[in-house]
Amino acid sequence: MLTKRIIPCLDVRARKVTKGVRFKGNIDLGDPIEMAISYSDGGCDELVFYDITASAEYRPIDIEMVREVARVIHIPFAVGGGIRGLEDMQRVLLAGAEKVSVNSLAVENPSIIAEGAKVFGRQCIVLGMDPVGTADTARFPSGYEITIRGFRDRTGLDALEWAKRAEELGVGEIVVNSVDADGTRDGFELNLTRLISTNVGIPVVASGGAGNPQHLIEVFREGMADAAIIASMIHTGEYTIAGIKKDLALAGVPVRKKW
Amino acid sequence: MIAIIDYRAGNLTSVRLALEYIGAPCEITSDPSRVLADERVIFPGVGAAAEAMKNLTEFGLIEPIRELVATGKPFLGICLGTQVIFEFSEEDGGTPCIGLVPGSVKLFTPSEPACKIPQIGWNTVEFKRSLCVGADSPPTHTKIERSLCVGADSPPTHTKIERSLRVGANSPPTHSDLASETHPLFEGIENQSEFYFVHSYYPAPSDPGWIVGETDYAGARFASAIGRGNLFATQFHPERSGRIGLRLLDNFARWDGKC
Repeated sequence: MLTKRIIPCLDVRARKVTKGVRFKGNIDLGDPIEMAISYSDGGCDELVFYDITASAEYRPIDIEMVREVARVIHIPFAVGGGIRGLEDMQRVLLAGAEKVSVNSLAVENPSIIAEGAKVFGRQCIVLGMDPVGTADTARFPSGYEITIRGFRDRTGLDALEWAKRAEELGVGEIVVNSVDADGTRDGFELNLTRLISTNVGIPVVASGGAGNPQHLIEVFREGMADAAIIASMIHTGEYTIAGIKKDLALAGVPVRKKW
Repeated sequence: MIAIIDYRAGNLTSVRLALEYIGAPCEITSDPSRVLADERVIFPGVGAAAEAMKNLTEFGLIEPIRELVATGKPFLGICLGTQVIFEFSEEDGGTPCIGLVPGSVKLFTPSEPACKIPQIGWNTVEFKRSLCVGADSPPTHTKIERSLCVGADSPPTHTKIERSLRVGANSPPTHSDLASETHPLFEGIENQSEFYFVHSYYPAPSDPGWIVGETDYAGARFASAIGRGNLFATQFHPERSGRIGLRLLDNFARWDGKC
Protein backbone atom coordinates (compact mmCIF):
# COMPACT_ATOMS: atom_id res chain seq x y z
CA MET A 1 0.00 0.00 0.00
CA LEU A 2 1.19 3.50 -0.76
CA THR A 3 2.23 5.03 2.54
CA LYS A 4 1.58 8.53 3.86
CA ARG A 5 4.73 10.61 3.73
CA ILE A 6 6.17 12.50 6.71
CA ILE A 7 8.28 15.40 5.47
CA PRO A 8 10.42 17.48 7.84
CA CYS A 9 10.73 21.05 6.67
CA LEU A 10 14.02 22.85 7.11
CA ASP A 11 13.83 26.63 6.75
CA VAL A 12 17.39 27.56 5.94
CA ARG A 13 18.87 31.06 6.15
CA ALA A 14 22.58 31.59 5.76
CA ARG A 15 23.19 27.84 6.19
CA LYS A 16 21.30 27.59 9.43
CA VAL A 17 17.95 25.97 10.04
CA THR A 18 15.54 28.43 11.60
CA LYS A 19 11.95 28.33 12.74
CA GLY A 20 9.43 31.08 13.35
CA VAL A 21 5.75 31.46 14.08
CA ARG A 22 3.61 32.75 11.22
CA PHE A 23 6.78 33.56 9.31
CA LYS A 24 8.16 35.79 12.09
CA GLY A 25 10.56 35.70 15.02
CA ASN A 26 12.90 33.08 13.63
CA ILE A 27 15.50 31.40 15.83
CA ASP A 28 18.45 29.27 14.73
CA LEU A 29 18.07 25.54 15.29
CA GLY A 30 21.11 23.88 13.74
CA ASP A 31 23.16 22.83 10.75
CA PRO A 32 21.01 21.82 7.74
CA ILE A 33 23.30 19.01 6.59
CA GLU A 34 23.50 17.40 10.01
CA MET A 35 19.77 17.72 10.50
CA ALA A 36 19.08 16.26 7.04
CA ILE A 37 21.23 13.21 7.84
CA SER A 38 19.66 12.80 11.23
CA TYR A 39 16.07 12.95 9.91
CA SER A 40 16.85 10.73 6.94
CA ASP A 41 18.46 8.13 9.19
CA GLY A 42 15.55 8.58 11.57
CA GLY A 43 13.00 7.49 8.98
CA CYS A 44 11.56 10.58 7.37
CA ASP A 45 10.20 9.91 3.88
CA GLU A 46 11.32 13.08 2.19
CA LEU A 47 12.74 16.48 3.11
CA VAL A 48 12.01 20.01 2.05
CA PHE A 49 14.37 22.97 2.25
CA TYR A 50 12.90 26.46 1.99
CA ASP A 51 14.36 29.87 1.31
CA ILE A 52 17.87 28.56 1.18
CA THR A 53 19.32 31.85 0.06
CA ALA A 54 22.92 32.45 1.00
CA SER A 55 21.79 35.57 2.79
CA ALA A 56 18.49 37.20 3.68
CA GLU A 57 17.69 39.17 0.55
CA TYR A 58 18.35 38.89 -3.18
CA ARG A 59 21.18 36.41 -3.08
CA PRO A 60 21.32 33.36 -5.32
CA ILE A 61 20.34 29.95 -4.00
CA ASP A 62 22.98 28.23 -1.92
CA ILE A 63 23.58 25.60 -4.59
CA GLU A 64 26.61 24.19 -2.79
CA MET A 65 24.36 23.34 0.12
CA VAL A 66 21.96 21.51 -2.20
CA ARG A 67 24.91 19.51 -3.58
CA GLU A 68 26.06 18.62 -0.11
CA VAL A 69 22.60 17.44 0.92
CA ALA A 70 22.33 15.32 -2.23
CA ARG A 71 25.67 13.68 -1.46
CA VAL A 72 24.68 12.57 2.02
CA ILE A 73 21.01 11.64 1.84
CA HIS A 74 19.42 9.26 -0.63
CA ILE A 75 15.74 9.98 -0.21
CA PRO A 76 13.83 12.59 -2.22
CA PHE A 77 14.12 16.23 -1.24
CA ALA A 78 12.59 19.44 -2.53
CA VAL A 79 14.04 22.91 -2.59
CA GLY A 80 11.92 26.05 -2.50
CA GLY A 81 12.32 29.75 -2.01
CA GLY A 82 14.53 31.96 -4.06
CA ILE A 83 13.67 30.24 -7.36
CA ARG A 84 13.64 33.00 -9.96
CA GLY A 85 13.16 31.03 -13.16
CA LEU A 86 13.95 27.99 -15.26
CA GLU A 87 17.67 28.43 -14.82
CA ASP A 88 17.40 28.25 -11.04
CA MET A 89 15.16 25.19 -11.33
CA GLN A 90 17.75 23.47 -13.48
CA ARG A 91 20.61 24.29 -11.12
CA VAL A 92 18.72 22.92 -8.15
CA LEU A 93 17.65 19.72 -9.93
CA LEU A 94 21.09 19.07 -11.42
CA ALA A 95 22.59 19.56 -7.96
CA GLY A 96 20.55 16.53 -6.91
CA ALA A 97 17.20 17.78 -5.64
CA GLU A 98 14.25 15.61 -6.66
CA LYS A 99 11.79 18.49 -6.77
CA VAL A 100 11.72 22.24 -6.92
CA SER A 101 9.01 24.22 -5.22
CA VAL A 102 7.63 27.50 -6.57
CA ASN A 103 5.29 29.81 -4.71
CA SER A 104 5.39 33.59 -5.27
CA LEU A 105 7.08 33.11 -8.63
CA ALA A 106 4.21 30.94 -9.87
CA VAL A 107 1.62 33.55 -8.86
CA GLU A 108 3.52 36.31 -10.63
CA ASN A 109 4.34 34.20 -13.66
CA PRO A 110 2.07 31.11 -13.91
CA SER A 111 3.63 30.02 -17.20
CA ILE A 112 6.77 29.04 -15.25
CA ILE A 113 4.83 25.97 -14.09
CA ALA A 114 4.09 24.80 -17.62
CA GLU A 115 7.63 25.57 -18.76
CA GLY A 116 9.21 23.78 -15.81
CA ALA A 117 6.94 20.75 -16.24
CA LYS A 118 7.76 20.56 -19.93
CA VAL A 119 11.52 20.76 -19.47
CA PHE A 120 11.98 18.73 -16.27
CA GLY A 121 8.80 16.66 -15.97
CA ARG A 122 5.81 17.54 -13.87
CA GLN A 123 6.88 15.28 -11.01
CA CYS A 124 9.74 17.76 -10.38
CA ILE A 125 7.52 20.81 -10.05
CA VAL A 126 5.82 21.45 -6.72
CA LEU A 127 3.46 24.35 -6.12
CA GLY A 128 3.74 25.83 -2.66
CA MET A 129 0.76 27.92 -1.63
CA ASP A 130 0.13 30.05 1.45
CA PRO A 131 -3.64 30.51 1.77
CA VAL A 132 -5.19 32.62 4.52
CA GLY A 133 -8.79 32.31 5.69
CA THR A 134 -11.17 35.08 4.68
CA ALA A 135 -14.81 35.86 5.39
CA ASP A 136 -15.21 37.37 1.94
CA THR A 137 -16.68 34.28 0.28
CA ALA A 138 -18.18 36.40 -2.47
CA ARG A 139 -14.71 37.10 -3.82
CA PHE A 140 -13.15 33.88 -2.50
CA PRO A 141 -15.64 30.99 -2.79
CA SER A 142 -13.29 28.55 -1.06
CA GLY A 143 -12.99 30.90 1.92
CA TYR A 144 -9.23 31.19 1.44
CA GLU A 145 -7.11 33.75 -0.36
CA ILE A 146 -3.60 33.08 -1.63
CA THR A 147 -0.85 35.20 -0.10
CA ILE A 148 2.73 35.47 -1.29
CA ARG A 149 6.10 36.62 0.05
CA GLY A 150 5.63 34.96 3.39
CA PHE A 151 2.12 36.31 4.04
CA ARG A 152 3.24 39.86 3.24
CA ASP A 153 1.13 40.32 0.11
CA ARG A 154 -2.42 39.27 -0.74
CA THR A 155 -3.02 38.25 -4.33
CA GLY A 156 -6.78 38.29 -4.91
CA LEU A 157 -6.56 34.61 -5.92
CA ASP A 158 -8.98 32.06 -4.52
CA ALA A 159 -7.03 29.11 -3.07
CA LEU A 160 -9.04 26.33 -4.72
CA GLU A 161 -9.16 28.05 -8.09
CA TRP A 162 -5.42 28.55 -7.97
CA ALA A 163 -4.83 24.90 -7.05
CA LYS A 164 -6.92 23.70 -9.99
CA ARG A 165 -5.25 26.12 -12.36
CA ALA A 166 -1.80 25.02 -11.22
CA GLU A 167 -2.76 21.38 -11.76
CA GLU A 168 -3.82 22.21 -15.31
CA LEU A 169 -0.60 24.11 -15.88
CA GLY A 170 1.33 21.02 -14.87
CA VAL A 171 2.46 20.91 -11.24
CA GLY A 172 3.05 17.40 -9.91
CA GLU A 173 2.16 18.10 -6.32
CA ILE A 174 0.75 20.91 -4.16
CA VAL A 175 1.98 21.91 -0.71
CA VAL A 176 -0.85 23.65 1.12
CA ASN A 177 0.65 25.75 3.88
CA SER A 178 -1.96 27.35 6.08
CA VAL A 179 -0.85 30.83 7.05
CA ASP A 180 -3.23 30.78 10.02
CA ALA A 181 -1.82 27.51 11.37
CA ASP A 182 1.87 27.95 10.50
CA GLY A 183 4.11 27.45 13.49
CA THR A 184 1.21 27.38 15.97
CA ARG A 185 1.46 23.65 16.69
CA ASP A 186 -2.31 23.69 17.18
CA GLY A 187 -3.02 21.24 14.37
CA PHE A 188 -3.37 21.40 10.60
CA GLU A 189 -6.17 23.32 9.00
CA LEU A 190 -8.19 20.26 8.06
CA ASN A 191 -10.96 21.93 6.06
CA LEU A 192 -8.49 23.70 3.83
CA THR A 193 -6.42 20.56 3.28
CA ARG A 194 -9.45 18.41 2.49
CA LEU A 195 -10.91 21.04 0.19
CA ILE A 196 -7.79 21.14 -1.96
CA SER A 197 -6.98 17.43 -1.78
CA THR A 198 -10.41 16.20 -2.80
CA ASN A 199 -10.63 18.64 -5.70
CA VAL A 200 -7.36 17.92 -7.48
CA GLY A 201 -6.02 14.68 -8.95
CA ILE A 202 -2.43 15.17 -7.81
CA PRO A 203 -0.92 14.57 -4.36
CA VAL A 204 -1.48 17.23 -1.70
CA VAL A 205 1.00 17.87 1.08
CA ALA A 206 -0.44 19.47 4.22
CA SER A 207 1.69 22.04 5.97
CA GLY A 208 1.42 24.32 8.97
CA GLY A 209 0.30 23.53 12.49
CA ALA A 210 1.73 20.07 13.24
CA GLY A 211 2.27 19.84 16.99
CA ASN A 212 1.71 16.21 17.93
CA PRO A 213 1.10 12.82 16.30
CA GLN A 214 -2.66 13.17 16.71
CA HIS A 215 -2.57 16.17 14.37
CA LEU A 216 -0.98 13.99 11.71
CA ILE A 217 -3.54 11.24 12.19
CA GLU A 218 -6.27 13.88 11.69
CA VAL A 219 -4.74 15.42 8.59
CA PHE A 220 -4.40 12.03 6.89
CA ARG A 221 -7.82 10.76 7.91
CA GLU A 222 -9.98 13.88 7.86
CA GLY A 223 -7.81 16.22 5.80
CA MET A 224 -7.28 13.55 3.10
CA ALA A 225 -3.64 14.64 2.77
CA ASP A 226 -1.19 12.44 0.87
CA ALA A 227 1.77 13.74 2.84
CA ALA A 228 2.38 16.11 5.72
CA ILE A 229 5.11 18.54 6.61
CA ILE A 230 6.36 18.75 10.17
CA ALA A 231 8.88 21.13 11.70
CA SER A 232 8.84 22.43 15.28
CA MET A 233 7.59 19.20 16.82
CA ILE A 234 10.73 17.35 15.76
CA HIS A 235 13.17 20.27 15.67
CA THR A 236 12.65 20.73 19.39
CA GLY A 237 13.35 17.04 20.00
CA GLU A 238 9.98 16.58 21.62
CA TYR A 239 9.00 13.89 19.10
CA THR A 240 10.95 11.54 16.86
CA ILE A 241 9.91 10.43 13.40
CA ALA A 242 9.99 6.79 14.51
CA GLY A 243 7.70 7.62 17.43
CA ILE A 244 5.29 9.57 15.24
CA LYS A 245 5.14 6.74 12.73
CA LYS A 246 4.47 4.23 15.48
CA ASP A 247 1.44 6.27 16.57
CA LEU A 248 0.25 6.62 12.98
CA ALA A 249 0.59 2.88 12.39
CA LEU A 250 -1.37 2.14 15.58
CA ALA A 251 -4.11 4.43 14.30
CA GLY A 252 -4.21 2.47 11.04
CA VAL A 253 -2.50 5.09 8.87
CA PRO A 254 -0.13 3.37 6.41
CA VAL A 255 3.46 4.52 6.97
CA ARG A 256 6.88 3.37 5.83
CA LYS A 257 8.22 1.12 8.55
CA LYS A 258 11.61 -0.06 7.31
CA TRP A 259 14.53 2.22 6.61
CA MET B 1 32.90 0.61 -14.15
CA ILE B 2 29.14 1.06 -14.30
CA ALA B 3 27.74 2.90 -17.33
CA ILE B 4 24.72 5.08 -16.54
CA ILE B 5 23.00 5.50 -19.88
CA ASP B 6 22.16 9.13 -20.64
CA TYR B 7 19.51 9.55 -23.33
CA ARG B 8 18.16 12.92 -22.17
CA ALA B 9 15.45 11.31 -20.07
CA GLY B 10 15.62 13.09 -16.79
CA ASN B 11 18.11 13.92 -14.15
CA LEU B 12 20.84 11.34 -13.56
CA THR B 13 22.48 13.14 -10.65
CA SER B 14 20.80 11.08 -7.95
CA VAL B 15 21.83 7.79 -9.59
CA ARG B 16 25.43 8.96 -9.86
CA LEU B 17 25.51 10.26 -6.28
CA ALA B 18 24.06 7.02 -4.91
CA LEU B 19 26.73 4.97 -6.73
CA GLU B 20 29.48 7.32 -5.58
CA TYR B 21 28.19 7.01 -2.04
CA ILE B 22 28.54 3.22 -2.07
CA GLY B 23 31.96 3.54 -3.68
CA ALA B 24 31.01 2.06 -7.05
CA PRO B 25 32.88 3.69 -9.98
CA CYS B 26 30.48 4.96 -12.63
CA GLU B 27 30.22 7.17 -15.68
CA ILE B 28 27.27 8.92 -17.27
CA THR B 29 27.43 8.28 -21.00
CA SER B 30 25.44 8.43 -24.25
CA ASP B 31 28.24 6.73 -26.17
CA PRO B 32 27.21 3.23 -27.39
CA SER B 33 30.84 2.06 -27.36
CA ARG B 34 31.22 3.04 -23.68
CA VAL B 35 27.96 1.34 -22.84
CA LEU B 36 29.20 -1.83 -24.52
CA ALA B 37 32.67 -1.62 -22.98
CA ASP B 38 31.70 -1.05 -19.35
CA GLU B 39 31.39 -3.96 -16.99
CA ARG B 40 27.75 -3.30 -16.06
CA VAL B 41 24.97 -0.96 -17.10
CA ILE B 42 22.26 1.08 -15.43
CA PHE B 43 19.42 2.21 -17.69
CA PRO B 44 17.51 4.90 -15.77
CA GLY B 45 15.04 7.47 -17.00
CA VAL B 46 12.21 9.79 -16.11
CA GLY B 47 9.79 11.19 -18.66
CA ALA B 48 7.59 9.94 -21.48
CA ALA B 49 8.01 6.78 -23.55
CA ALA B 50 7.78 8.27 -27.06
CA GLU B 51 10.44 10.92 -26.42
CA ALA B 52 12.64 8.28 -24.79
CA MET B 53 12.40 5.93 -27.77
CA LYS B 54 13.12 8.81 -30.14
CA ASN B 55 16.24 9.80 -28.19
CA LEU B 56 17.44 6.21 -27.88
CA THR B 57 17.12 5.81 -31.64
CA GLU B 58 18.97 9.08 -32.30
CA PHE B 59 21.82 8.11 -29.98
CA GLY B 60 22.08 4.69 -31.62
CA LEU B 61 21.58 3.01 -28.26
CA ILE B 62 18.85 0.48 -28.97
CA GLU B 63 20.99 -2.20 -30.63
CA PRO B 64 23.82 -1.85 -28.09
CA ILE B 65 21.28 -2.32 -25.27
CA ARG B 66 19.93 -5.48 -26.92
CA GLU B 67 23.48 -6.70 -27.48
CA LEU B 68 24.76 -6.12 -23.96
CA VAL B 69 21.74 -7.83 -22.43
CA ALA B 70 22.25 -10.78 -24.77
CA THR B 71 25.90 -11.10 -23.79
CA GLY B 72 25.08 -11.56 -20.11
CA LYS B 73 26.28 -8.22 -18.78
CA PRO B 74 24.59 -7.17 -15.51
CA PHE B 75 21.81 -4.76 -16.49
CA LEU B 76 19.63 -2.66 -14.20
CA GLY B 77 16.62 -0.75 -15.55
CA ILE B 78 15.02 1.98 -13.44
CA CYS B 79 11.58 3.60 -13.89
CA LEU B 80 11.23 4.75 -17.53
CA GLY B 81 14.28 2.62 -18.38
CA THR B 82 12.30 -0.37 -17.15
CA GLN B 83 9.20 0.61 -19.10
CA VAL B 84 10.91 1.01 -22.46
CA ILE B 85 12.47 -2.47 -22.38
CA PHE B 86 8.95 -3.89 -22.70
CA GLU B 87 7.41 -4.51 -26.12
CA PHE B 88 4.89 -1.72 -25.95
CA SER B 89 3.75 1.22 -23.81
CA GLU B 90 0.28 2.72 -23.73
CA GLU B 91 1.87 6.13 -23.22
CA ASP B 92 1.71 8.85 -25.88
CA GLY B 93 -1.11 7.14 -27.73
CA GLY B 94 0.80 3.86 -27.90
CA THR B 95 4.57 3.54 -28.28
CA PRO B 96 6.42 0.49 -29.60
CA CYS B 97 9.42 -0.10 -27.30
CA ILE B 98 12.66 -2.10 -27.23
CA GLY B 99 11.01 -5.46 -26.56
CA LEU B 100 13.46 -7.23 -24.28
CA VAL B 101 10.63 -8.20 -21.94
CA PRO B 102 7.39 -9.69 -23.26
CA GLY B 103 4.40 -7.59 -22.25
CA SER B 104 3.33 -3.98 -22.12
CA VAL B 105 3.23 -0.88 -19.95
CA LYS B 106 -0.20 0.32 -18.85
CA LEU B 107 -1.76 3.47 -17.42
CA PHE B 108 -3.19 3.32 -13.91
CA THR B 109 -6.97 3.62 -14.10
CA PRO B 110 -8.16 4.02 -10.50
CA SER B 111 -11.82 3.48 -9.75
CA GLU B 112 -11.42 5.44 -6.52
CA PRO B 113 -11.31 9.23 -7.12
CA ALA B 114 -9.18 9.75 -4.01
CA CYS B 115 -6.42 7.72 -5.65
CA LYS B 116 -3.94 10.20 -7.11
CA ILE B 117 -2.04 9.77 -10.38
CA PRO B 118 0.96 9.77 -10.56
CA GLN B 119 1.73 7.49 -7.68
CA ILE B 120 4.28 9.47 -5.68
CA GLY B 121 5.82 8.03 -2.56
CA TRP B 122 6.90 4.89 -0.75
CA ASN B 123 5.09 1.65 -1.47
CA THR B 124 5.65 -1.93 -0.38
CA VAL B 125 7.40 -4.39 -2.65
CA GLU B 126 6.56 -8.02 -2.08
CA PHE B 127 9.37 -10.21 -3.31
CA LYS B 128 8.42 -13.06 -5.58
CA ARG B 129 10.23 -16.29 -6.12
CA SER B 130 12.76 -15.60 -8.82
CA LEU B 131 12.44 -17.74 -11.92
CA CYS B 132 16.18 -18.14 -12.16
CA VAL B 133 16.18 -19.91 -8.82
CA GLY B 134 14.16 -22.84 -9.94
CA ALA B 135 14.47 -25.90 -12.05
CA ASP B 136 17.68 -24.82 -13.75
CA SER B 137 19.75 -23.86 -10.77
CA PRO B 138 19.68 -25.23 -7.23
CA PRO B 139 18.22 -23.01 -4.51
CA THR B 140 20.98 -20.96 -2.97
CA HIS B 141 20.00 -21.18 0.67
CA THR B 142 23.52 -20.37 1.74
CA LYS B 143 22.92 -16.77 0.75
CA ILE B 144 20.77 -16.21 3.77
CA GLU B 145 23.72 -16.89 6.03
CA ARG B 146 25.61 -13.92 4.66
CA SER B 147 25.92 -10.89 6.78
CA LEU B 148 23.24 -8.27 6.48
CA CYS B 149 25.89 -5.65 6.88
CA VAL B 150 27.75 -4.36 3.91
CA GLY B 151 31.29 -4.20 5.08
CA ALA B 152 31.61 -7.50 6.85
CA ASP B 153 32.14 -9.42 3.65
CA SER B 154 32.72 -6.68 1.14
CA PRO B 155 36.00 -5.58 -0.40
CA PRO B 156 37.92 -2.58 0.97
CA THR B 157 36.63 -0.31 -1.80
CA HIS B 158 33.39 -0.17 0.09
CA THR B 159 34.88 1.50 3.13
CA LYS B 160 33.63 4.80 1.76
CA ILE B 161 30.31 3.95 3.30
CA GLU B 162 30.19 6.03 6.42
CA ARG B 163 26.84 4.91 7.63
CA SER B 164 26.02 1.24 7.67
CA LEU B 165 23.80 0.01 4.90
CA ARG B 166 22.29 -2.42 7.30
CA VAL B 167 18.64 -2.42 6.45
CA GLY B 168 15.97 -2.02 9.05
CA ALA B 169 18.12 -0.49 11.74
CA ASN B 170 14.96 0.26 13.64
CA SER B 171 13.68 -3.29 13.36
CA PRO B 172 16.35 -5.91 12.67
CA PRO B 173 15.01 -8.48 10.23
CA THR B 174 14.73 -12.04 11.36
CA HIS B 175 15.83 -14.82 9.06
CA SER B 176 12.26 -15.82 8.40
CA ASP B 177 11.59 -12.37 6.92
CA LEU B 178 14.28 -12.85 4.33
CA ALA B 179 13.03 -14.83 1.41
CA SER B 180 15.89 -17.10 0.45
CA GLU B 181 14.53 -17.64 -3.03
CA THR B 182 14.14 -14.01 -3.95
CA HIS B 183 16.41 -12.37 -6.47
CA PRO B 184 20.10 -11.87 -5.53
CA LEU B 185 19.65 -8.10 -5.89
CA PHE B 186 17.22 -8.20 -2.96
CA GLU B 187 19.76 -9.95 -0.79
CA GLY B 188 19.95 -8.43 2.68
CA ILE B 189 16.71 -6.53 2.14
CA GLU B 190 13.67 -7.47 4.13
CA ASN B 191 10.68 -8.68 2.14
CA GLN B 192 7.80 -6.14 2.04
CA SER B 193 10.22 -3.24 2.29
CA GLU B 194 9.05 0.11 0.95
CA PHE B 195 10.70 1.74 -2.06
CA TYR B 196 10.19 5.18 -3.62
CA PHE B 197 7.91 5.39 -6.69
CA VAL B 198 7.00 8.20 -9.08
CA HIS B 199 4.96 7.01 -12.06
CA SER B 200 1.62 6.98 -13.88
CA TYR B 201 2.23 3.84 -15.97
CA TYR B 202 3.16 0.38 -14.74
CA PRO B 203 4.88 -2.69 -16.20
CA ALA B 204 2.69 -5.68 -17.08
CA PRO B 205 4.81 -8.65 -18.21
CA SER B 206 2.83 -11.20 -20.23
CA ASP B 207 4.86 -13.99 -18.63
CA PRO B 208 4.51 -13.88 -14.81
CA GLY B 209 7.82 -15.75 -14.59
CA TRP B 210 9.56 -12.38 -15.04
CA ILE B 211 8.06 -10.90 -11.88
CA VAL B 212 10.43 -10.70 -8.89
CA GLY B 213 8.59 -7.99 -6.95
CA GLU B 214 4.96 -6.92 -6.78
CA THR B 215 3.21 -3.77 -5.57
CA ASP B 216 -0.41 -2.66 -5.19
CA TYR B 217 -1.67 0.71 -6.39
CA ALA B 218 -4.87 2.13 -7.87
CA GLY B 219 -6.57 -1.25 -7.80
CA ALA B 220 -3.74 -2.88 -9.75
CA ARG B 221 -1.20 -5.38 -8.52
CA PHE B 222 1.73 -4.69 -10.76
CA ALA B 223 5.28 -5.92 -11.39
CA SER B 224 7.42 -3.39 -9.51
CA ALA B 225 10.55 -5.48 -10.14
CA ILE B 226 11.25 -7.86 -12.98
CA GLY B 227 14.23 -10.06 -13.68
CA ARG B 228 15.59 -12.91 -15.70
CA GLY B 229 19.21 -13.90 -16.10
CA ASN B 230 21.41 -10.79 -16.17
CA LEU B 231 18.47 -8.42 -16.63
CA PHE B 232 16.91 -6.77 -13.59
CA ALA B 233 14.59 -3.80 -13.67
CA THR B 234 12.54 -1.83 -11.17
CA GLN B 235 9.65 0.58 -11.48
CA PHE B 236 10.77 2.20 -8.21
CA HIS B 237 13.86 4.36 -7.71
CA PRO B 238 16.54 2.52 -5.71
CA GLU B 239 18.70 5.66 -5.83
CA ARG B 240 15.97 7.51 -3.91
CA SER B 241 14.97 4.68 -1.57
CA GLY B 242 17.33 5.38 1.30
CA ARG B 243 19.53 2.68 2.75
CA ILE B 244 17.41 -0.10 1.32
CA GLY B 245 17.84 1.29 -2.18
CA LEU B 246 21.58 1.76 -1.65
CA ARG B 247 21.78 -1.87 -0.60
CA LEU B 248 20.09 -2.91 -3.85
CA LEU B 249 22.55 -0.79 -5.85
CA ASP B 250 25.43 -2.24 -3.85
CA ASN B 251 24.16 -5.74 -4.62
CA PHE B 252 24.03 -4.76 -8.30
CA ALA B 253 27.55 -3.29 -8.24
CA ARG B 254 28.84 -6.70 -7.11
CA TRP B 255 26.43 -8.94 -9.02
CA ASP B 256 27.81 -11.44 -11.52
CA GLY B 257 24.62 -11.30 -13.58
CA LYS B 258 23.59 -14.78 -12.57
CA CYS B 259 20.80 -15.93 -10.36
